[in-house]
Amino acid sequence: MFDYDFMRTAFAAAGVAAVLAGTVGFFLVLRGQTFAGHALSHVGFTGATGAVLFGLSPLAGLVGFTLVAGIAMGLFGEKLAERDVAIGMMLSLALGLGLLFLHFYTSAATQATALLFGNVLGVDSSALLTLLLMAAASLVALAFIGRPLVFASLQSELAEARGVPLRFVAAAFLAIVAVATAECAQIVGVLLVFTLMVGPAAAAQNFSRGLAGGVALSAGLALAEAWGGLTLAFYTDWPTSFWITALSGLVYFASLVARRLAS
Amino acid sequence: MSALRFDAVTIRLGGRDILSAASFVIEDGEFIGMLGANGAGKTTLMRAALGLTPVASGAIRVLDRPATRGNAAVGYMPQNRGRAQGQRLTGYDVVASAAIGARFGLVRLDKAMRREIDWALDHVDARALARRSIGELSGGERQRLLLSQALLGRPRLLLLDEPLISLDPAYQKGVVDIARRLRDELNIAILFSAHELNPLVNAIDRVLYLGGGAAVIGPVDEVVTGPVLSRLYGAEIEVVRVKERFFVMAGDVDVEREAHRHEHGHGHGHGHAQDG
Ligand SMILES: Nc1ncnc2c1ncn2[C@@H]1O[C@H](COP(=O)(O)OP(=O)(O)OP(=O)(O)O)[C@@H](O)[C@H]1O
Ligand SMILES: [Mg+2]
Repeated sequence: MFDYDFMRTAFAAAGVAAVLAGTVGFFLVLRGQTFAGHALSHVGFTGATGAVLFGLSPLAGLVGFTLVAGIAMGLFGEKLAERDVAIGMMLSLALGLGLLFLHFYTSAATQATALLFGNVLGVDSSALLTLLLMAAASLVALAFIGRPLVFASLQSELAEARGVPLRFVAAAFLAIVAVATAECAQIVGVLLVFTLMVGPAAAAQNFSRGLAGGVALSAGLALAEAWGGLTLAFYTDWPTSFWITALSGLVYFASLVARRLAS
Repeated sequence: MSALRFDAVTIRLGGRDILSAASFVIEDGEFIGMLGANGAGKTTLMRAALGLTPVASGAIRVLDRPATRGNAAVGYMPQNRGRAQGQRLTGYDVVASAAIGARFGLVRLDKAMRREIDWALDHVDARALARRSIGELSGGERQRLLLSQALLGRPRLLLLDEPLISLDPAYQKGVVDIARRLRDELNIAILFSAHELNPLVNAIDRVLYLGGGAAVIGPVDEVVTGPVLSRLYGAEIEVVRVKERFFVMAGDVDVEREAHRHEHGHGHGHGHAQDG
């Protein structure tokens, strides 16, 4: 299957997005912020449809919108209950707006389907380069805030007393999540971002007790699921996103069983 | 040198004075038990000493310096222990994340830092516990492990917020013994908040009682008396003493036990993140 140019590009794009999603997702699960990640991807849908409506590239709209929303969510602060309501409100507001954009943007339902469920085979080499650069920048930023991020995630009050700027860390992290979400949406679509961001990360935390090992495992699982999904899609002709969600679900439920057995 | 000094400190939160012109001094190497009803301001007082809650007037001096955020000379164990306790990570990873968590960039856990972590774990007998998953530890074991984090950076003052909450009497004694040993071996001043005096009474040097915005410090015999506590609680309080045990009664209700029972219902206390 590597004889085809589009397959090679698809493997590279899926690999880049999966490694980023698996890594970022680990911290998302650690912080208990999976809902924020889910909401961000839907906000991205609005950004993408809006961008197309105004003649911009969907990827630019996706990244721009999720970035702004991610930083705003981070600034809401640490109190979970208030934060989740605020995030939920932002989510429905964004989806409502997305609906309005779709209403005006009648030209092609296929474009919308690609946004919602992904179209990894449609990624061209210039888009691949963009994905690669964004992923590299995100991973560098994540490495920079990594230590305070873990500290603030596990023990926010102690971290605050030790001088960790909680709001800055929260906002910077969600900005990184926003980029990861936008990348994932290119592969599996905005509706299924959870499958690459949260599935492998949650499974990794069931399989492994370590921090460094957990991050590596999460990235590795995401990569394996993305490439596995592409391969299966190539031979069955079923949608790639379906196969990735199937593998992700399978690995996650296997991890639950493994955890049960281990304890 | 004094470890902690409050000079006529007023702290106002949500339009109410939690402390009004409260003054007291904790000397170096003193073990102080801090008592007071729910909402008396124990946590608020510690957060103010950490530079997290601003004072409306007065001055706080920590080890003869103004209170500032991120002071490595002050060790802290918050009442709200955070998400760490439900995790599958090893205790060691949690403690290590605190040890290097205040620094941005690629920070490696080097030899010196590992030695420091081991030193802190040894002081609370948690070296073996640290190898286990934090979510699998019992409440008392977890408390000890988290307590080790307050020792990182070799502080001169420890602020321990309700370390006895939801522990059995035997475990409570263990934690109090550890605190006393830290005071003796490392000569650290300790401010230890609790709902009940009795587990602490034989270990502490003096007691700091909060109530009605006021703070009274002194030997247990002088502070834990009917007249002083009646003033702090703003109600008629009687102190009944049976050998080494104190019972603080309002009418026929044991005030401290009541407070303790409520705390169990509340689980792990309220959050203190500074939102909006
Ligand atoms: N950020 C805040 N804004 C407004 N009021 C606050 C804030 N934080 C605390 N308070 C109030 O200040 C009072 C003192 O709270 P604090 O948490 O210090 O009490 P405490 O003595 O630690 O109580 P507990 O025994 O329940 O832990 C309470 O009435 C509380 O509602
Ligand atoms: Mg408190």
